[in-house]
Amino acid sequence: MEILVCVKRVPDTAENEFELNGAGNDLDRDDLVYSVNEWDNYAVEEAIQMVDKMGGSVTVVTVGDDESEEILRREMAMGANNGVLLSDDAFEGSDGKGIATILKAEIEKGSYDLILTGAQADEGAGQVGGMVAAMLDYPYASLVNKIDVMDDKKIKVGREIEGGNQEMNEISLPCVLSIQTGINEPRYVGIRGIRKVSSVEIPVKSASDLGLDAASVGSAGAKTRRVDYFVPDMGEGAEMLEGSTEEIIAKLIEKLKAKGGL
Amino acid sequence: MTQIYAYIPFKNGSAEDVALEYPAAAKKIDAAAMLTAVVTGSGAELDSVATEMSKIYEQVIKVDNQALAYPNAEVVRKALVNIIPKDAILLVAHTTFGMDIAPGLSVKMDAAYAADIVDFEGIEGTRLKMVRQELGGAVSTHVTADISAGAVITIRPGAFAPVDGGAANGTITDKSADAGDLASTRKFLEVVEAEVGDVDITKSDVLVSIGRGIEEQENIELAQELATAMNAVVSCSRPIVDAKWLEKSRQVGTSGQTVKPKVYMAMGISGSFQHLGGLKGNPFIVAVNKNPKAPIFQVADVGIVTDILEFMPELTEAISSL
Repeated sequence: MEILVCVKRVPDTAENEFELNGAGNDLDRDDLVYSVNEWDNYAVEEAIQMVDKMGGSVTVVTVGDDESEEILRREMAMGANNGVLLSDDAFEGSDGKGIATILKAEIEKGSYDLILTGAQADEGAGQVGGMVAAMLDYPYASLVNKIDVMDDKKIKVGREIEGGNQEMNEISLPCVLSIQTGINEPRYVGIRGIRKVSSVEIPVKSASDLGLDAASVGSAGAKTRRVDYFVPDMGEGAEMLEGSTEEIIAKLIEKLKAKGGL
Repeated sequence: MTQIYAYIPFKNGSAEDVALEYPAAAKKIDAAAMLTAVVTGSGAELDSVATEMSKIYEQVIKVDNQALAYPNAEVVRKALVNIIPKDAILLVAHTTFGMDIAPGLSVKMDAAYAADIVDFEGIEGTRLKMVRQELGGAVSTHVTADISAGAVITIRPGAFAPVDGGAANGTITDKSADAGDLASTRKFLEVVEAEVGDVDITKSDVLVSIGRGIEEQENIELAQELATAMNAVVSCSRPIVDAKWLEKSRQVGTSGQTVKPKVYMAMGISGSFQHLGGLKGNPFIVAVNKNPKAPIFQVADVGIVTDILEFMPELTEAISSL
C-alpha cells in the first residue's frame, strides 16, 4: 500500500508559554520551540505499521519553509521511506483551502492508496484533510481511531465520536483519513535515528514544479485570513491563591469545605 | 439580505442543545439576516425534530431520505450541496460530525471556510469578522472571511447563549426531492458503544482529575492518594488515556465522559474546550498548574500556580490530618 502522510511543523504547546509580540498582533516567535504536530506522529506511526504488515511505502509531505525539513527527517527517522517539502514564497499566507490545493497538486503527481493527516494541528481547525478529499473526490473520514484493511479496495475505519463511542464505516480506496491521537503508540525517535536519515535527500517542490497558479494559493488565494492574535478578556478568571504552601493549603481547605469537597 | 442556514444535529428524536445557540450566532453575524433551520434524516424521527425546530425558527427545511437515517457526513454533504443556496452562510456545530462534513462541504460549495468560531463581530463589506482560538486555547485570534460567494462556518457548542425557545410558528418546507443522488463510497456500519470501566466517574461528587502535568505513569499514585483522602475518584484528560495510563472510561471531555461533580480538582490540566465540554453542572473548579497562562485559570474558581507533583502530596497530608 502506498501511503502519503501530511505533516506540519507547529509551536509545541507543551514547551511554550505563548506571549504576544510588542505590537500585539502576532505571537512573540523569537524563542518558540517547534516540533511536529502531535496528531501527525500517530498518523505516521499508523502508516508505518500498515506498510510493515502489507508492504508498500510511506511518504511524508509538508508545506512550509526550509525549517520544516527537520520534521520530515524526524518522521523518516520513525520509519517513513520518503519525504517531500513543498515550499515557495507564493505559499505564504495560505488558508486551509490554499494548503489543501498545494497538497492536492502533489498527491496527483503520485499514486497513493491512502492519504493520512493528523485530526488537527496548531490552529485547531481540522480542515485540510476533508478539503483535500473533496478536491480529489475521494471519500473522507475524520477522527479515525481504528483502521482494518479488508482488501485492496476497501478498509474499515472507526471514528471517535462523542461520549467515547466509536462509529464504524466501510470506505473505498483511495481515501483520505484524519487520524486521532490514541490510535496507536508512536515510537520513540532518538538522536541516532535522526542521524541515520540526516543525509537523505529531500526534494523541494515549488509552485511551478507543482503546476500551481500562484494566485490560487498563498494570501492571494485566501478567502479566510487571520487578522491578529489577542488575549481575550475572560472576566475575572480564577481567584489565585498565593503565599506559602501552608497558607495556600489552609485557604484551599476552607474553600473545599464550603463547597462540599471535604 | 444575508441568508443564514443552521444545520440541526439530533439524537433519538430530539435536537442537540446547539439548535438553541444558532439564533444568537446568526444575530451576531447580521441582526437582519434571514435564518433557516435545516434538518436531514428519515421518517417520524425527522418529523418530530422538524416540528420541534418550527417552534424556534421561522423557516425550517426538512430533507427526508432513508440514506440520511444515520448522519453519515459524506451523504449529508451531498444533500446539503444541492439544498443550500450558493451565496448563503451555513452554520454547523463544531462536533465530531461537524469536523467530518464541513471542510469538504465548503470545497463543494466553493465557499469560504472558518472552523470552531466562538464569536462573531459582524460583516464589513464582503468580509465577516470572527473570533476563534489557536494552540489549544492559549491564544485567541480574529479572522475575516470573504463571504461574497457564501461560507461554511462551524461554531463551538456552548459558545453562544441559547434562546428561550418555543414562541415561533415556523413554516416547514419539504425539500426531499432536491437532495439529488446520495450514493456514497463511505458506508456507515454501526456505532460501538464505549466500554464500561472499573469506576463510574459520573457518579462521584468530587473528582481529582489529572492531565499532562502528572508527567509519569507512576505519579498517578499521588493523585490516587489525594482522591482517597478526599473520598473522591480519579479522572483524567485525554493525554492520559492516549498514553494508556488510565482507562478511557476515566476520561472527562466531549470524547469521553460528561460529569457533573460538585468539586472538580483540575491537576495539571491545561483546559482545552474539548475537556471542559465534558464538565457540566457548574462545579467548583480548583486548578493547579505550573503554567500561569494555562487556559484552565480562566474558567476555574480557584487557581494555584505550582507543580502538582509537589503540591498534591502536601495537600493529601493536610487533609488526612484534619
